[in-house]
This record gives sequence, structure tokens and C-alpha cells, in this order.
Amino acid sequence: MSELNVKMTKEIELLRLVTVGSVDDGKSTLIGRLLVDTKGAFEDQLLAVRKQKGSEHIASAAEIDLAMLTDGLSAEREQGITIDVAYRYFATPKRKFIMADCPGHEQYTRNMVTGASTASAAIILIDARSGVMPQTKRHTHILGLLGIPHLIVAVNKMDLVGFDQAVYEKIRSDMQAYCEKQGVKDLICIPMSALEGDMVAVRGEHLGWYEGKTLLETLETLPTLDNIDSKPFRFPVQLVNRPQTPDLPDYRGFMGTIASGTVKVGDKVVVASTGLASKVSEIVAFDGNLQEAFAPQSITLTLEDEIDISRGDMLVHPSDKPSDTKQLVANVCWIGSEPLSCRKKYLIKHTTSTVKAMVESIDFRRDIHTLDKESADELAMNEIGQITFKLLKPLFYDAYAENRTTGSFIVIDTFTNNTVGAGMIV
Amino acid sequence: MSEHKLTQLKALEAESIHIIREVVAEFRNPVMLYSVGKDSSVLLHLARKAFYPAKIPFPLLHVDTGYKFKEMYEFRDSFCKEIGADLIVRRNEEAIARGMNPKDFGVARCCGALKTQGLLDALEEGGYDAAFGGARRDEERSRAKERVFSMRDEFGQWDPKNQRPELWSIYNGRIHEGESVRVFPISNWTEMDVWLYIREEKIPIVPLYFAKERPMVERKNMLIPYYEDMKDQLLEGEEPKMVMSRFRTLGCSPCTGAVRSDAVNMDEIVIEAAAARRSERETRIIDHGSNSMEDKKKEGYF
Repeated sequence: MSELNVKMTKEIELLRLVTVGSVDDGKSTLIGRLLVDTKGAFEDQLLAVRKQKGSEHIASAAEIDLAMLTDGLSAEREQGITIDVAYRYFATPKRKFIMADCPGHEQYTRNMVTGASTASAAIILIDARSGVMPQTKRHTHILGLLGIPHLIVAVNKMDLVGFDQAVYEKIRSDMQAYCEKQGVKDLICIPMSALEGDMVAVRGEHLGWYEGKTLLETLETLPTLDNIDSKPFRFPVQLVNRPQTPDLPDYRGFMGTIASGTVKVGDKVVVASTGLASKVSEIVAFDGNLQEAFAPQSITLTLEDEIDISRGDMLVHPSDKPSDTKQLVANVCWIGSEPLSCRKKYLIKHTTSTVKAMVESIDFRRDIHTLDKESADELAMNEIGQITFKLLKPLFYDAYAENRTTGSFIVIDTFTNNTVGAGMIV
Repeated sequence: MSEHKLTQLKALEAESIHIIREVVAEFRNPVMLYSVGKDSSVLLHLARKAFYPAKIPFPLLHVDTGYKFKEMYEFRDSFCKEIGADLIVRRNEEAIARGMNPKDFGVARCCGALKTQGLLDALEEGGYDAAFGGARRDEERSRAKERVFSMRDEFGQWDPKNQRPELWSIYNGRIHEGESVRVFPISNWTEMDVWLYIREEKIPIVPLYFAKERPMVERKNMLIPYYEDMKDQLLEGEEPKMVMSRFRTLGCSPCTGAVRSDAVNMDEIVIEAAAARRSERETRIIDHGSNSMEDKKKEGYF
């Protein structure tokens, strides 16, 4: 076993990314470059989408019609448009990446929200010739709202502006000023030419004045989970495990994924909704029980006392409880084809609990171009606004800015059963 | 690396277990599709971990075409017995009785009858509202667009243009009477992840995945495994010979090719997978016809 492969299993971490931008910004070329340079696509898949048939190997990213590789649906290829988020996978000896590639136009805001919801980092493409466009600002606003911890601005097509440092610096200062207002925590700007390969996987020869990391080095060194293990312990219960077999007649295990924080054997825990308390007796795992577990592990807990706990309950440490409310205020991105209506009843699914909800008020709608607040009596597909919901029973939550798992929810239409809204609790 | 960091395999494992448990919590009658291949073996292992120390709370369903390799049947029966799994085997007996085979009827028709129709019939017979499958998004471009919870109408069909958005790790399991979902807990795994995980967790797999001298026939650049009863199926000029080879994926014996390989253990398979320049689906004849994976999936193919 080579050293490389030992590392692949023992040390390598997972980073979830989202890329936004339009084809005109050179996004296909950039993704093609990343896939080719990290071998994220196989030769037969690449050969099948070459622009010109001929040689039996791929020499450069420019030869590949990347849209043909990522536009997986026949309807997309027929119409030449990307309808849906495409997921791509690639790895380096240091890290594995899951990349959600989102279409850039505003009618696809819902796809961008979907792709960005799980991402720890986002790559926004800017064409160096055009600078910061209204679309760039809209994307940045949405990514800020979704709490993406790290924003990478790829200032692309530097080859078309003569690799001029002044062009890059202007875009960088414009973005910095804008991001400060949007609550973006970490902004990284990288000049590059995806076509020539400069600053993507290798430094190249044309951008000697740039002292930062290449895109790939940046992706390999960003924090992957942003310390969700150091936040308060949140354990939404998915299921109660009761084998009821002769050797385990009274066993009750509480199964779930740790949303944040850590838990140890002997920890005092309480049910958020009822305040019933007990201590952690075991952290059960197939390969042997654990002394400690942390987010985002999927585990089973047993407790010292028999207390009433079922799906939808949340176990927390008594010293650090979540907030509770029957009046939920959230930023909502509407993704249903029928607009959000004040007269309808909806279901809200938050972690493992589902509650009935009514719209109490549409506090404001955000103009997607100016980003100004405006009053509204409905929220149509791809629109974003602040909504107050009235809930049938209380919800136990953290603000989305503090905790993306216990601060997020989906809105379900009770008639169609479709997912129609994405909510981020204020 | 600090003590509170998950390796990428453990992060994928946690996500998959979360998905499997969500299905058991929200559906009335789930079933796990079990094809005996490596992806199925990983899926089954994840299910065992998810519900430990209890047994898996749903049956396994093998939609058998009758054309699987004999090593696959042997492995299936002994492994399911060993772990005490509830295994259901279903075949499209009507099509089998009519002599359905890929040579006379064509690959697309044979797959449609034995796999797609066989699966739809078995799901309807069992009244299952959720079926787990081991498909991965990196396998094929239409699969790259599929949701983890993939809705199916009353006819078991997929509508790729009308999929529910999936946000964060919140899955919407609400369906109408007659509808069902296919659930893909290892959507985000790559072929490499599957091999690394099998290696790390020491998951038993069918011996055909390991290289050995095997009788093979070379046809259109593919290595087709040769069995005694295939004598009359040989084309002109074809002659079986012993080749050091193994399988990257396992399907039906007439339609699955082997690759030349010296990888006899998991470490060597991982090294080979890391160096692979061609995707694993290249050895599956089913993917090469005019009838695309997307079309087959729309009709209900797994």
C-alpha cells in the first residue's frame, strides 16, 4: 500500500462547495479545468463530450464541451440550458470535494439556494472585463443569507485584460466593500485564467504579482466544518431503537445525527420541550461504544433513566438550551410554483419535527436587483423575504446565523406535498 | 488534525446513516434493493450500522434476472443467512418462461423485462412505499441530477424536470397514496469511496471483484466471462482463454465485462481504482445502447 493511499483513508476530509456564475464568466472552463487537472472525470466520459472527435486523449479543458458532461438531462441538452443543480466529485491527495454547480440566472435562485444549503465554501465567478455586476451582488447577498462561511471570488479571464494587476485590485476592493455590508465572514479573491490554467491548479507564468494561494490550494486548506463541534450540543431524535429481543428486552436507544457540539458518557442531558432530564449512559456504535461523540456523527444514545422521548424531540445540555417560539420569524426563499399565500396552511419541517404553520405576515420582500426591502402580499417563486409564521406547537431552534442545522427549515405544501420554501430563522 | 474532525469517509457514512434512519421514521413499508454488488454491500453495511444493536427493520429485495453469476448467488445466500437478513427474491417469471435473453431480444428489451418490469412488479406486490438503492451520482450524468429522495408516480416512473428541491439535510418524505420514493443514501459517494470504505470496514464482497485466472472470451474489446453452458453462444472466431482478470462492477453474466487486472486484494484494488482512467460503467453493455440511462430511469429502472 503506497503512502498516498494510506493518507486517502486516514486523514482526508470532505469539503462541500457551490459554484455560481454564468457560462459567460467561463464557469464551464473553470470546472472542466478542475476536473481534468484532478482527474475528477474519467477519460471515457470526457471523450464522449469532446467538441471534435479525433485523438484518443484529452489534452486540455478547452477541448471539452463541459455543458455536455454536466447537463445530465436530455431536456437540458436539447434546450442548451442548465435546469438543475449538477453535483461533481473530485479529490486531491489532501481532500475530497463535493461541488454543486448552480445555474446563474435569477429564475434559478431556487437551485442556487438548494446547492448552497450544504456548502461550506462558495466560488463566485467574475469576468475580469466586466467587473462586479448586479448579478454578482445578488449572488453574494444570497450566499451571505445562507451563511456560507467562506466566499471565494474567482476573477477569471485575466488573460483577456493582459493579466493587469490594477483590474484585479479594483474588483477586489469593490467586492470587499460590498461583502462587509452582507455579513460575509471570510472573503478570498483570486485572479486566474481558467482557459490557460493560471492560478487554478498551478500558479502558471502570468500572474507573478499575485502572492496568495491558487484556487486548488485554497480549497485544500479552508476549514471544512467551521467548528460546529464547539457550539452548544444539539441532538434531534430521529427514531427510538427498541430491539425487544430476548437479550435486549428493555433496551431503548435514541438515534440521531448530532447537529452541533459534543456529548460524553455521563453528560447530563434534558429534553428541550419537556425539561425531563437524565444522564448519557452509553454512546452506542457498531464498531464498539464511544466515550465521546461530536457533530456531524450519526449515533445512538442510551440514558440512565426511562423518560418520555420520541421523534422530533431534541436532547441538549441543561446549561445551554435552544430558544423556543410559536411565532417563527425567518428569511424565506420561495421555491414553489404557486406563490406563498397568507390564507394557506403549511407544514414546517425543522430537524426531525414537522409542525403545522400559518403565515401571520409577510414582513418584507427583498428586491432581487436593488436588494431594498419592499412591502408585499405574496412571495412568488425565486423571491426572498422575511416571513412570520404562527405555529401550532412550539419549535426549539437556534438562529440560522448561529447554527445552520437547528436554524433552518423547509416549508411543505399540505395539498401537493411539495417542498415550497426554504427558511432561515432570524 | 484535531480530535473532532471526521475523515471524508466517516462524514459520508454519517450522512448515509442519517438518510436511512429518516426513511424508516417517515415511511410505512420500506425495502432495500439488494443487487449483491459492491454498492449494495456498502448500503447493507450502512443499514446494519444505523440500527445496531437491533436488526435491520426492513427486508432486502433482490430482483433476480436468472442471469447473475453463480458466485453472486452463492455469496447472496450465505451472507444474508450469516447476518440474519430477511431476503426476498423476485423474478419476472413470465418473461423468463418466454425465454427472454439479451442475444435474441436485444439488451434493452431484456433489461426492460427482467430488471425494470421485474422491479416494478416486485415493488407493487410488496406494497413498498420506499425503496433504497445503491446508485451514485458519479456513475452517470442523469444520475448526477437525481435527488436523494427521488419521487415516483403511481406507475413507478421518474419525472426529472419536476423534482423536489432538497435543502440542508432536511428530506421531505410526504407522498400521496400510490406514490413511492426511491432513496439513494450513497448518492455522494464515488467509486473510489466505495472501495476505500469496503477496505477500511472489511466488508465482505463477491470474490469476482478480485483478480484470478478466469476463462474469458474477447468480444468488441470487452472480456466476457465464459461458462461451459455458453458453447453455442460463441460467435465465429471466438475462443475462450484463461485471463488474469476481475470485475469492476457486477451485473448479468451475458452483459458484464471483466477487466484485465492483477489486483488480488483490497489494497491492490484501491490502487487500481486510483489509477483508473476509464469509468466503471464502461464494462456494462446496458449503458451503451441508444436507450439512455435517463430513458430507462423514467420508465422505472433502478
